[in-house]
Amino acid sequence: MLDVGGINTYYGLSHILFDVSLNVKAGEVVGLLGRNGAGKSTTMKSIMGIVPPKRGTISLKGKDITGQKPFLSFRQGIGYVPDDRRVFADLSVDDNLEIVHQRGRDWDKDRVYAIFPALKEIRSRRAGHLSGGEQQMLTIGRALMGSPELLLLDEPTEGLAPLIVRDLEQQIMKLKDAGISILLSEQNVRSALRMITRAYVIDNGRIRFEGTVAELEANDEVKRKYLMI
Amino acid sequence: MENVLGFISPGILSQILVGLSRTVILFIVSSGLSLILGVLRIPNVAHGSLYMIGAFMAYTVSHLFGGGTTGFWVALILAPLGVAALSFVAERSLFQFLYEREHLMLLLLTFALSLVFGDLVKLIWGAEYRSVPVPSMFQGYINLFGGLPFPIYSFFLLVMGPVIAILLWLLTNKTKIGKISRAAAVDREMVGAVGINVNWVFAIVFVIGCLLAGLGGVLVAPTVSVTLGMDHTLIMEAFLIVIMGGLGNVWGALLGALIFGLTQSLGILIWPQFGIVFPYCAVVVVLIFRPTGILRSTW
Repeated sequence: MLDVGGINTYYGLSHILFDVSLNVKAGEVVGLLGRNGAGKSTTMKSIMGIVPPKRGTISLKGKDITGQKPFLSFRQGIGYVPDDRRVFADLSVDDNLEIVHQRGRDWDKDRVYAIFPALKEIRSRRAGHLSGGEQQMLTIGRALMGSPELLLLDEPTEGLAPLIVRDLEQQIMKLKDAGISILLSEQNVRSALRMITRAYVIDNGRIRFEGTVAELEANDEVKRKYLMI
Repeated sequence: MENVLGFISPGILSQILVGLSRTVILFIVSSGLSLILGVLRIPNVAHGSLYMIGAFMAYTVSHLFGGGTTGFWVALILAPLGVAALSFVAERSLFQFLYEREHLMLLLLTFALSLVFGDLVKLIWGAEYRSVPVPSMFQGYINLFGGLPFPIYSFFLLVMGPVIAILLWLLTNKTKIGKISRAAAVDREMVGAVGINVNWVFAIVFVIGCLLAGLGGVLVAPTVSVTLGMDHTLIMEAFLIVIMGGLGNVWGALLGALIFGLTQSLGILIWPQFGIVFPYCAVVVVLIFRPTGILRSTW
């Protein structure tokens, strides 16, 4: 589904990502784990085309999408849920979903509301007035409106109450069951491990570990050094 | 008359109404400026030039169609569209390549364009004063409140103001492009990340904003002499109105225009030699208490 080959990304002159390579296969939920500032969000933004890499390649379903404009990435099936949520605060919940470019008919507002019934209750409220959990549902719903094949979820549980995190985990698993491949970045490793099958551990802009969840669980050194658990 | 409005004399009332009709022009032009400022972040100094070009186009079109009422109506449609077409060419050939750059570059570009447009007007229409006749159906006066003579054309402007305001409200709140532009005003990157080609959204919003400048030019044409330099005062006033109302807020432009227009017309009444200063004092007072403008700025 997604193949990232040795990307190097810069913010201005500062070098953020060093030869980051990862892949997500169809139907998989893959974790991108690491501390705050490790390069998780930059990796997501590079894949989406928001901060294009200077070197390296990114391909989606075998097609090269390196450095492509974000709106084209979205139209080719990548949904992006940023860590700082970024709902369109001025618009209602309905309008947040409606203005999204719909590339397929798999997902529409009704299906989004079916997954997040809580959103339907507040559909006419201004997105800026929603709680953190509601905003998170909305950003995921917004990404789903484009019927994505791959979803980039950047720290979806950040700043949410434990009970809401549990709900969100279940909803994310529903998306997996619906056949969407997911790249999930998390600091909250415990929560992530409940959802993912495979993981990459990133630190200081470099991939330090890749393997299955079982392999990660068994590797105390990686856990201690990069994940602080 | 006195029974209807108590202590307000017909003179003052008439002055208020004339001020309000001037407000309509200011609102239409400033709302376009504010729209562009809010969504594209371009401080469009050339906005005034487009207003001037709108007025000159109105002159040409209305004379081509006989200079009468028909000419005026045709000009009211064609001249703003002409300005829109011109702005579309400018956006696609120049502006779209500078959106990623800092505001200063865009400011310089619009300033350069205002000089170019000024010279173009001189080349095409010359430096003489031109006049667009008030269409015959709007000539003369009507009596308001049983005895107050009021120019019919000013009355027409008073009707146009709310019509444009309602159309703008429908555009920004009920259409998809309007909603997208409101989202893009706050977070253009995220709008791109949900599959919207922001580049084209910007083009459309830019053209709509400039069309409003052209429309203001057409509407003002019968009330002033159309001449080079009519852009300078207006662009100053429009920027003050937009700053007073809140950058990028179209309703702020409405409020700002109301304050500006009314203090101008009432100021002349209170202290004729000094009247022109009042709106500027109003700007100062507003900014002392609300430094970011009356309504919420999108910046």
